[in-house]
Amino acid sequence: MECVFGMVGKGFAIVVADTSAVHGILVHKTNEEKIMKLDSHKLIAASGEGGDRVQFSEYIHKNVALYQFRNGIPLTTSAAANFTRAELAAALRKNPYAVNILLAGYDNHTGPSLYYIDYLATLHKVDKAAFGYASYLSLSMMDTHYHAGMSLQEAIDLVDKCITEIRSRLVVAPPNFVIKIVDQHGARECAWRQSLPSASPTFC
Amino acid sequence: MSRRYDSRTTIFSPEGRLYQVEYAMEAIGNAGTAIGILSKDGVVLVGEKKVTSKLLQTSTSTEKMYKIDDHVACAVAGIMSNANILINTARVQAQRYTYAYQEPMPVEQLVQSLCDTKQGYTQFGGLRPFGVSFLFAGWDKNFGFQLYMSDPSGNYGGWKAAAIGANNQAAHSILKQDYKEDITREEAVQLALKVLSKTMDITSLTSEKLELAEVFLAPSGKVKYQVCSPETLTKLLVKFGVTQPATDTA
Repeated sequence: MECVFGMVGKGFAIVVADTSAVHGILVHKTNEEKIMKLDSHKLIAASGEGGDRVQFSEYIHKNVALYQFRNGIPLTTSAAANFTRAELAAALRKNPYAVNILLAGYDNHTGPSLYYIDYLATLHKVDKAAFGYASYLSLSMMDTHYHAGMSLQEAIDLVDKCITEIRSRLVVAPPNFVIKIVDQHGARECAWRQSLPSASPTFC
Repeated sequence: MSRRYDSRTTIFSPEGRLYQVEYAMEAIGNAGTAIGILSKDGVVLVGEKKVTSKLLQTSTSTEKMYKIDDHVACAVAGIMSNANILINTARVQAQRYTYAYQEPMPVEQLVQSLCDTKQGYTQFGGLRPFGVSFLFAGWDKNFGFQLYMSDPSGNYGGWKAAAIGANNQAAHSILKQDYKEDITREEAVQLALKVLSKTMDITSLTSEKLELAEVFLAPSGKVKYQVCSPETLTKLLVKFGVTQPATDTA
């Protein structure tokens, strides 16, 4: 039931994730942050097995940070995505991580980019992508309305259209979503979409 | 007295020296000189060949210059067999990086990685250090053209111009005088050949005794590593006045 999707616009990349932490039929919390800031200009949106999701994201985050400390320069989004894929691939036939990832980043020379990395270590550089049941609903929405070089407002409108579809058509739709963007100014939270207002957003 | 402390590589002498590392550098002091010069539009590497014989098959192999990856090359001074091992290690490290990140390895990281390997041989394992010094020339998108020098201790530094092997101090002092900041690649070639002709203790310089390689950007934007052919090298030597034209060689 986890929903993660994202797309690339003009000078930015946007990722959206639901914020429900679910265990069976019980919702533990409705403000779980599934999009982590990988470094100043990268976001990693992960969905999948609870423990694996956090464990793997943190592992990638620490390795990306270590690279920067060792070498004085940050990894490019492409390099980070390939590194992530390689880690998933190495673990795949031993003790695999059950995590799907959308990696969004901004590089000075190449602009914004979005990478689709699934739990089998498939890697694709894409303009738009989605994981989970949400993909059935949001991909078709994006196929209709997405075009290259959308402004931030156009992209957020499309995100809202996708969220509306998810809420109306998915039998157990998550109530709340977080929207994060990354552009030349960095990676940051953009907005929340809450249909359960009692769960207030907390900042880690 | 300090002789007691120099047969084991991995212990300090009472004066705080690592004798095996110093002896390795002595060995390199007998090897053919290699000079590297960093210019605005490329890096020039020049080496003195010690093994010169008419019987040598020189068509494809080089004695001093080696390509590590598409964007990095090196010149060596020292024991050739030792150099081959390290060159292979550097090549593997470069490919391992590209395998992980799908990008060329930044030059300094490659040098650092190789130097970490060299350092290991000065601290543990009981094996002697490698008797090789390197000049690494390369290009990456972070810092453009770069020149690095590394020695058997595993220390390295970034240089604008550097020399290793025999007479490297003499070469260094000439380079210090004649190097200028905005030197072009062509001027760097000229300077390198000039310095080598002064430090090599032979009467005339011919293309059989030298190797010249350049790392630069082709018009397409790709990094090119080019070893100069003997014919072109002879022409350059004549052009820059560091050799007698049309002398017969033994």
